[in-house]
Formats: sequence, structure tokens, C-alpha cells
Amino acid sequence: MKILVPVKRVIDYNVKVRVKPDQTGVDLANVKMSMNPFCEIAVEEAVRLKEKGVATEVVVVSIGPAQAQETIRTALAMGADRGVLIQTDVDVEPLEVAKLLKAVVAEEAPQIVLMGKQAIDGDNNAVGQMLSALLDWPQATYASKIEIDGAKAKVTREVDGGLQTLELDLPAVITADLRLNEPRYASLPNIMKAKKKPIDAKAAADYGVALGGHLKVLKVTEPPKRTAGVKVENAAELVAKLKTEAGVI
Amino acid sequence: MAVLVVADHDNTSLKDNTHKTVTAAKALSGDIDILVAGQGVDGVAAEAAKIEGVRKVLVAESPELGKQIAEAQADAVLALAGGYDAILIPATGVGKNFAPRVAAKLDVAPISEIIEVVSNDTFVRPIYAGNALETIQSSDAKKVITVRATAFKAAGEGGSAAIEKVGAGAGAPKTHFVSEEIVKSDRPELAAAKIVVSGGRAMGSAEEFQRVIEPLADKLGAAVGASRAAVDAGYAPNDYQVGQTGKVVAPQLYVAVGISGAIQHLAGMKDSKVIVAINKEADAPIFQVADYGLVADYKTAIPELMDALTAVGK
Repeated sequence: MKILVPVKRVIDYNVKVRVKPDQTGVDLANVKMSMNPFCEIAVEEAVRLKEKGVATEVVVVSIGPAQAQETIRTALAMGADRGVLIQTDVDVEPLEVAKLLKAVVAEEAPQIVLMGKQAIDGDNNAVGQMLSALLDWPQATYASKIEIDGAKAKVTREVDGGLQTLELDLPAVITADLRLNEPRYASLPNIMKAKKKPIDAKAAADYGVALGGHLKVLKVTEPPKRTAGVKVENAAELVAKLKTEAGVI
Repeated sequence: MAVLVVADHDNTSLKDNTHKTVTAAKALSGDIDILVAGQGVDGVAAEAAKIEGVRKVLVAESPELGKQIAEAQADAVLALAGGYDAILIPATGVGKNFAPRVAAKLDVAPISEIIEVVSNDTFVRPIYAGNALETIQSSDAKKVITVRATAFKAAGEGGSAAIEKVGAGAGAPKTHFVSEEIVKSDRPELAAAKIVVSGGRAMGSAEEFQRVIEPLADKLGAAVGASRAAVDAGYAPNDYQVGQTGKVVAPQLYVAVGISGAIQHLAGMKDSKVIVAINKEADAPIFQVADYGLVADYKTAIPELMDALTAVGK
């Protein structure tokens, strides 16, 4: 069974994001970039399924600038087998990402597309669901546990207030939530090995998907700033202020 | 233009998120219908009909809708989509699960988690966990939008919209419901709680986290959260995590105990109305966003805080 894992290169989750003064976006110059944390969890899960003998091949695909190759290499160092880079320098909308992935699925014919539930840059939380809809494959989002049994996947999902378990007829789209696993750190030998694993270079046009269509970003601004409040001397003063001044207890 | 709002409910009662999404819909149009998709939802539909400014309430029922299966929910919405210029869905776990499917099937770009309606085609939404706000314009004739309910006031009651049954759509033949475990905790749910008490790495152990943070949360009727550092160290379970990679919360009161205030944590809680920080390091970054800061070791400060709360009848 082949698993396809889409991965995205984003600003590292520990970097403070700065909005550009001209309000055209956030500053990406000289900023540490990493694999989106939820994508990392998806890669880890796919590699574990391969280690268990459930999957035979793990293919990672990334859509983005030339440097997204580094993100693919990270996934290859974690244990994925090969990569596909659809190179583009424009911001690709979730609908277009879903269409590109649909085309990759047609080419690769995986049984499972396993991906992060959302990217921490655009925070859309949309591509997995959209891909599932475009493919007419069943979906299970926000997975915290995945068990594969023949032609079915049993997925436990994090829902508001608890957990829901679904059984999907494969092929299917599954998106990873935080609790699914803890991604490994790639070992040095595996990082060296990853350098030799193949990455196919593609363009959006190869898949017949036009980019830059539906949404136009008019501006990107800073949210209202929070200012530091007051220091209180002790717990009693804190409770008094919460009760009378803030009125929240 | 006409707008369809999809109700947030648990088959038994209508959630306030619906009222708030109706307010967002009112910024677009006066013709607002509500879809209640579920199973055994007569009571929910009756509640929805009372929301002020609603033209009619449409009810779609099937077992799959009752289990909130995304494929079925999207189908129920798609069956009605032709009659509407915009479809507004509360950005809950359930809503976010099916809204993008509706958009994909309509070949439009979903507009996720809006916090402001600027005009009929322009919306503001947070990106980077709220560290930046994006104003976007959609060129799609039909818009599929999820709404961050906390950004809108709840629409009032006093309406008496007509209730109409509609078809449930094609359903989800390849997705099978197995089971669900809804946590029966006396504590409120983290993402929806009015008060959140979070602990950080300073707790030092899981036992200490439970001993210190949980009683304080229970005294305040609060949900329990944790920083990623505390979760990574194994002091608290992963679903407690507040931050960019965990849950984004915006309660009335957020109490951060022994949390230094890493960027990724601040991204998850900085929209809280009132922030309290208790930390022994006076220069911890958490104090830069806190309304009330107490520079003290939690080991002495929390027992004192518990006593002070008891003294005011908590």
C-alpha cells in the first residue's frame, strides 16, 4: 500500500511573525522555515505504518518555492521513500492545492493520503477535506489514532468534547491532529541517506491547474496590540482586582 | 442576496455559535435561512426559529447527519446551495470538518474563520494563529464561509420563522460511524471555557501539575490548559495544550501559572479578555501581555490565591 503525504514549508512555529510595513504580507526574509508541525506528524505516522509493514511506500509531495525541497528532504530523512516538488513562487490557495493533489493522486494512486489537519501559516484547515470531496474518497480529519485493517481504516478523531471513531473504506484522506504521535528526530545517517533519495521536479502547469484565482489578499495587518497591565503585590490584591476592577470572577 | 446559516447543535440543543453566526450573516443580507442538519432535531429547529431576523428554518434529518459525518453534512448543504449567495458555518470542529467539502464541490475558495465582514465580498480573518490579520476579497459568486463565533455578538431572540423539512442529501456510503466517547467532565471544554487555568514547565512534574493547577481550576469553574513545554515534558496530556500548535482560546479570564510566555503559547491565548500571570521570573515575556502580573513562586502564590478566593466566596 502506498501512502501519499503532502507537506508544507512554513515559518517555524517558534518564530515571532512580523507583518511587513507595506501590509502586503508577513516578512519571510531571513526567517527560520520548517516543516509545518502537523505535516511532520503525518510523515511520522506514514513512516510508522511502513515500519509496521502496512505501507510499502511513502511518497511526500510539497507545493512551494525551490526551498520546499529542504522540507521534502526532512521527510525523506524521517523515513519517506521519495518526493515530488511542485515548484511555484505564488501563494497557492487551498482549492488549488487540493486540485494539484488530486492530480498527484491520479498519478501515484495511493491508498491513503495522510496529511496535517492545517498549516500554521494560513490556518485554513481545508485542504484535506477539499481533496476528499474532489476525489469522492471518504475523510477522517483530526486523527489521534489510525489502524489499518485490509481495505479499511479505523480512525479515532478529536472532536469537540471528546473522540469519535470512524471506519473508512480505502482509499481515503486522513488528516493528523497533535496527539497522533510524536515525530522523531532524523538521525545523521538517515539525513545522509535522504540526500540520495529521488525528488521529482514538477510545475503546476504539468497538472493543468491554473493558480491565483479566487481570493485576493487586500492587506495583512498587525492585530491590536496588548499592553502590559499592572503588577499586583499578592494573591489577595489579585483576587480583589479580578472581582471589582475586571469583573471576571 | 440570500444567506444560509448552518446551525451548531448536538441534536438536543442549539448552540450559541448559531446566534453569533446569524449576526455575521446579517452583515451580508436580510434574507437569512438556517439549516438544522441532524437527527431528532425538532427541538433544535424550534429554538432556531426564535432567532431574530431569520426567514425560515430548514430541517434535514438522517442517522449520518445525527452523527455529524462530514460527507453527509456537506451533501445536505449542497442540496440547498443553489438558492443562496453565501453559506455561513460556525467555525467549530464540526463546521470546519465539512465546510471545505461544500466549497470544493462548488469549485469556490473557502473563506475560513472570519472575524469581520467588511463588505459582501471582503472579510478579515486571522492567520498565523492570530499573529496577523488578513483582509481578503473573494471573486467567487457563491461564498462558503466559516465564522469564528467569538468575534460576533449573539443575535437576539423573539423571531418566529417557519420550519420546513428538506431532503438529507446522498449521505456517506464509504464512511461508517463506529463509536464516540464524549468526555463527561465536570470541567468546561477548553476551547469554549469562560475561564482557563494553565500550567507551565515550572510545575516540574505531572503530580505537581495535578496538585496545583487542577484544584485552582475547579475552584474557578475553569478548564485546564498547559503550555507546550509542560506537555512536551509529560506534565499534562496533549489535549491540554494551548498555543499555536494546540488549542487557540479566548476566555474571559486566562490564568497562566509558571508559564514563561513562549511565542507559540502567546499565539494561543492572547485574545483572552483578562490575562493573569503568576511567575517568579519578573522578566518573563508572559508579563508583557498580562493585565495582572504576580511575581511570585507558584508554590506560595497558589495556596494564597486559593485562600483569597475562598475568602470571597469561591
